[in-house]
Amino acid sequence: MNLPTMDRRVAVKKLLDARDGALVVTGLGSPSYDVHAAGDRNDNYYLWGAMGGAALIGLGLAQAQPDKRVMVITGDGEQLMAFGSLATISVARPKNLDLIVLDNQHFGETGMQSSHTGKGIGFDKVAAACGFSKTAELRTLEEVDMLCGELRRPADGPRLFVLKITAENLPRSLPPRDAVEVKNRFRAHLGFATC
Amino acid sequence: MTASIQAKPPEAAALAAAPTVSERQWPDQVYEVLKAAGISHMSYVPDAGHTTLIRLFSEDPEVVTNVLTTEEEGIAIAAGSWLGGKRSVVLMQSSGVGNCINMLSLPVQARFPLLVLVTMRGEWAEFNPWQVPMGQATEASLKAIGLRVLRAETGPDLVETVAQAALMAFDADQQIAVLIGQRLLGKKKW
Repeated sequence: MNLPTMDRRVAVKKLLDARDGALVVTGLGSPSYDVHAAGDRNDNYYLWGAMGGAALIGLGLAQAQPDKRVMVITGDGEQLMAFGSLATISVARPKNLDLIVLDNQHFGETGMQSSHTGKGIGFDKVAAACGFSKTAELRTLEEVDMLCGELRRPADGPRLFVLKITAENLPRSLPPRDAVEVKNRFRAHLGFATC
Repeated sequence: MTASIQAKPPEAAALAAAPTVSERQWPDQVYEVLKAAGISHMSYVPDAGHTTLIRLFSEDPEVVTNVLTTEEEGIAIAAGSWLGGKRSVVLMQSSGVGNCINMLSLPVQARFPLLVLVTMRGEWAEFNPWQVPMGQATEASLKAIGLRVLRAETGPDLVETVAQAALMAFDADQQIAVLIGQRLLGKKKW
């Protein structure tokens, strides 16, 4: 049985159009391209490496900026490398951190090898078991529209949403690779000195 | 990696000398210099040598603390903390340095300030042979990925080293690990 999947770029654009001041961190590879394709911004922090770091950068950022919402947009492969991070984030219990896992059930950057999430591992269930305040698996753009409303409501703790996306390699939209520049402009956006 | 084994065999205990006052007080003094350096965020995988620092930070309402499942989480969290304007420190044992290597490309490439305090195992009066390979590889691994590595073998030297390392990390955008020698830790009563 083939369950429905959604267009990743359209889904991400919907989330970003409704970000409402949220700070965004992206996991390496296609999630970085998806967020960049929706419009490059100073309050986006893109990863080009450090696989497994996205959700945890989001945690540190959420703890340092408790009055702002932080949205991490990453892929299933990147989040698989940070499986334990769901325990760390749940224990830390930030009320302003949302993890969005763009799940195509494959390692798309390296030749579309199938990943664990197509073989029974559901991040929404893992996060729920860890104690996240809200989790869900979404398969349609209509559900993403409802999620955009949900994300505006206050949370009791971290939330994680799996978006089942179509496994395809879209044209790349490359964010800046100068990691220092991306860091400095992000901090400048928040009013901090760059060094 | 896991916390240090608490019990010491008789050989190691016999090597331990009575600590001087200043050596006994180093964790409190390290805490004070980190606070003076503006640290308000800390992540850790426990180690017996970090016990006092972990307790002091955890009891401090001005400091956000995170217990980690693996050490590289702390490297990413510290980067996020700096993005959001907070100064963070990461505490780990030498065995955990090996877990961090690829994640360290984040602070090295993006030039995030990074301050890591590493309690050493596998180098002095070590009774567990499994600690020796990573203990011997710790400094070389950190240097290979691009960190600045400092060492201290006495309490007073450690306090001074941490103070200046914090300055270099946060005022000069450096990525620094301070190795706390097992010779110093071995003199503590665990």
